Amino acid sequence: MSVNIKEKIARRAAQEIRPGQVVNLGIGIPTLIPDFLPPDLPLTIHSENGILGAGEITLAAKADRNLIDAGGAYISVVPGAAFCDSALSFSLVRGGRLNLAFLGALEVSEQGDLANWIIPGKFAPGIGGAMELAQKARRLIITTTHTTKKGEAKILKNCTLPLTARRCVDMIITELAVIKVEPDGMVLTEIAHETDLDTVLRLTEAPLEIAEGLTTF
Amino acid sequence: MIDKTTTVSKALENVTCGMSVMVGGFGVPGTPFLLINGLLGSGADRLILIKNEANEAGLGVSLLLEAGRVSRLITSHLGLNSLAIAMMNKKEIEVNFYPQGILAEKIRAGGAGLLAIVTDIGINTILRREENVVQLDGREGMIEPALRANIALIHAAKADRAGNLVYEKSARNFNPLMATAADLVIAEAEEIVETGEIPPDQVHTPGAFVDHVVPIGELLPEYGVLKHHVR
Repeated sequence: MSVNIKEKIARRAAQEIRPGQVVNLGIGIPTLIPDFLPPDLPLTIHSENGILGAGEITLAAKADRNLIDAGGAYISVVPGAAFCDSALSFSLVRGGRLNLAFLGALEVSEQGDLANWIIPGKFAPGIGGAMELAQKARRLIITTTHTTKKGEAKILKNCTLPLTARRCVDMIITELAVIKVEPDGMVLTEIAHETDLDTVLRLTEAPLEIAEGLTTF
Repeated sequence: MIDKTTTVSKALENVTCGMSVMVGGFGVPGTPFLLINGLLGSGADRLILIKNEANEAGLGVSLLLEAGRVSRLITSHLGLNSLAIAMMNKKEIEVNFYPQGILAEKIRAGGAGLLAIVTDIGINTILRREENVVQLDGREGMIEPALRANIALIHAAKADRAGNLVYEKSARNFNPLMATAADLVIAEAEEIVETGEIPPDQVHTPGAFVDHVVPIGELLPEYGVLKHHVR
């Protein structure tokens, strides 16, 4: 995946964060989101390993051996940050205090089911925080490439892989499109400048309703 | 005055094969490397290891796996340890995965003397176990048994002689939970102070939960910054 594609997705995803929110940024593309946020936007970044108020990734000279994020990167914290244990960290998630989470996906279904943790027989690194984030964040946005490396659709009528959580996805942001998951199906709300409607529809297996005010990004 | 300070070998003298061992830490921060080295040196095998992840190849609890000392690993995610994943795939170790916060909560429940928790996490996934499903107020939940261990190995930034512990930054993670959930709780500490020097309001784990305190002394290199994780 090229840097440009990741940055395009992260840039668009950053626009979904509202002032004052408590937000979890999953591993991969979501970690690029802070680069595209207004510098004065007040928000609290949650990291599963027990940080509320995670800051920027630090340079080598400032790396603190006791301060990493859930992905293992050495980070700083912002003024007003707090540390907690792993149980309290997930109390925040399951208890409904996490406004927004961004996660990657292997597959997303028309109903908003998410599969992102296991490919039986091929990829099984474990669950981590994914199930709790997917199932309990108040809003879940998937940031992902529109298709697999082989060009196969990831946005499907039904997931074929074991689920992370059912009916949990609110929005999907890819390098080609922004799709909202509504109770009765998916709505295409934006397409990328670099593509066209036919391409998006061809690379999406799930049926897409096209929003009346379809815009580009 | 209570003095729980001791050496690694004395703290671990009753460790035997087949024991269950909780190990604190999330990545390097909070991982008790000195105590893990002691456990490795004890020769105990067929261990049931409980840790959030398995560190990385060549580091921390991965050394126990690589030395063939672990029969079962109860964990959340092994994404940073391809060697542990390979051992799992070759069935050299049995691995039980739990959602991270549910693993934490199972341990917390074990420490709190509860038999189990009830959760809806994973209820619509392959984690569903029909025999554990219950109805509560019209909602489905799954009974998850509490988790305890024979031993817990804990890393603290500071301890006093009475065993009161203080953790630092993201090195807290699973440590305070595990420090309540084992029959024998051994804490290593970077700094040992006299009892009374830690203000009671600032104690993270009260000393009553802790059996032994081991001074780390000079920090081993593995406690340092992992160069390959620095941008």
